[in-house]
Amino acid sequence: MTATEPSSANGIEERIGLWRTYLLRRNALSDADVDELEDHLRGVMASLSEVGLSPDEAFLVAVKRIGAVDALTREFAREHSDRLWKQLVKSNETVDTTGQRVPEIVIVLALAVTAALAFKLPTLLGYPLVDGNEGLYVRNLSLFVLPCLFGYFAWKRGLDRRSCLLAALAFVAAGCINAYPFGPAHTTEVLVVLHMPIALWLVIGVAYTGGNWASSAHRMNFVRFSGELFIYYVLIALGGGVLTAFTMFSFVAIGFDPERLAETLLQPWLIPCGALGAVIVGAWLVEAKQSVIENMAPVLTRLFTPLFAAVLLTFLGTMAWTGSVVEVEREILIGFDLLLVLVLGMLLYSVSARDPQAKPEAFDVVQLVLVVSALVVDIVALSAIAARISEFGFSANKVAALGENLVLLVNLSWSAWLYLKFLRGRGPFSALERWQTSYLPVYAGWAAFVVVIFPPLFDFV
Amino acid sequence: MNIGKDLVAASAPPLVLAILAERENYGYAILKRVSDLSGGQLQWTDGMLYPVLHRLERLGLIKGRWGKSDSGRKRKYYRITKNGEEHLAVLRRQWRVVDETLRCVGPLVAEVRCLA
Repeated sequence: MTATEPSSANGIEERIGLWRTYLLRRNALSDADVDELEDHLRGVMASLSEVGLSPDEAFLVAVKRIGAVDALTREFAREHSDRLWKQLVKSNETVDTTGQRVPEIVIVLALAVTAALAFKLPTLLGYPLVDGNEGLYVRNLSLFVLPCLFGYFAWKRGLDRRSCLLAALAFVAAGCINAYPFGPAHTTEVLVVLHMPIALWLVIGVAYTGGNWASSAHRMNFVRFSGELFIYYVLIALGGGVLTAFTMFSFVAIGFDPERLAETLLQPWLIPCGALGAVIVGAWLVEAKQSVIENMAPVLTRLFTPLFAAVLLTFLGTMAWTGSVVEVEREILIGFDLLLVLVLGMLLYSVSARDPQAKPEAFDVVQLVLVVSALVVDIVALSAIAARISEFGFSANKVAALGENLVLLVNLSWSAWLYLKFLRGRGPFSALERWQTSYLPVYAGWAAFVVVIFPPLFDFV
Repeated sequence: MNIGKDLVAASAPPLVLAILAERENYGYAILKRVSDLSGGQLQWTDGMLYPVLHRLERLGLIKGRWGKSDSGRKRKYYRITKNGEEHLAVLRRQWRVVDETLRCVGPLVAEVRCLA
């Protein structure tokens, strides 16, 4: 009997530990609550042992007496309903106790300020933000903020030196774009501005995954992060808009000239610095609230997938019924690109939120209908555009838009195929997930191609 | 005797306050005291005591502090506050009214002077 006691005691400690983690998983129970309940559990166990129960028996009875976890959580939640809301603050507390030398918030704020002030760097170097220099600022927008974002994740994930070095090289290479002699038409320059962040986002992904870029699961997390960051950014931007409007209003109220105010405070300082700093703060918020609040991107996806599918089907039906043809303008081409991006985004976020083990359900059919109808719409548009290009020749914009279209088309077609296989029970859902994550570098690759090759290819128009 | 959920919920605050009015105490001991005093007739689901304690603490009727148990583990002790004592007096009066009213009707032995 005495010989078995130590191992049994260890087993009991382990079981108490398990019971603790089980309770802690409930949002309504805080650490302190569980401490208190554990003290209680041990009290009950001690008095039960006194009357002759073995530790195992005492543990079982004591757990039973404390009550069913669901009922208990409900009672705690009723008393502490605020906890279900204030989680963000709490999760920060836990981050701070992990023994990091510098509190995370200090790093985040420092990086946000760095990103904001980076916007002022060209001014400091003698290129003030005036007519003729805007190109310089716009071209480098992603270079002001993305290195800071990279720094945040490199710090947070403890990224190895080699990856940091490669990333630095990528950023420097991106900076070299400034040496391109862009023409006054700004066509290729605008393309560079639009594609640079997409290309560099891959570098952020490497930092976000902490160097585990090869892992499909980590890539999926990065996709989730990107979507949440986007939503947070939009929310912050809305708040920033209110702040800007209020600044304007209050200063005008005390007699300032609104135009001068915009020129001296809002345009050079408040708006750009806020917009750049918000990227870092948004990324930090996504990190901090991860697993705390329901992720928004999949929720929005669920909401809009059926709506978009319905609109696309109606559109196709109308087109077939009336026999109208797609007008071939550059804007239309870009519009169809955006449509594909949207559909792809919805596909990505419903994939990211889906349990790969779950059986096909009605929503999956809707998703497939959405993808297929988007493909049909796109093919109709593409055929019209192909005719147009063969008539009038290539331009940088058209080729870029066509390339994007092709990249997305390939992804969506194969996705539709994999989805169909899954719905018919011929393939696992994870195949679709893997396809999406392995396709990620293609976007960055194409974007980098546009950034580096297009300007010289089209004579820096 | 199986006492219903509502009555347990209603009787918990006065009982907890009364027990804490004796002296500072912690959860498990409070529960044992309730059980002893009622001769084992009042049995609460153990875990439910803590939300009650937290609510009383939020209302300022009791005050908790983290201390150490005899074995050196973390343990939260509660004591009654001045507000709590006043509230306990009010609750006692209310319960007496209920109790006396109930005794005035029906076959129970009336040890109190009934008004009607």
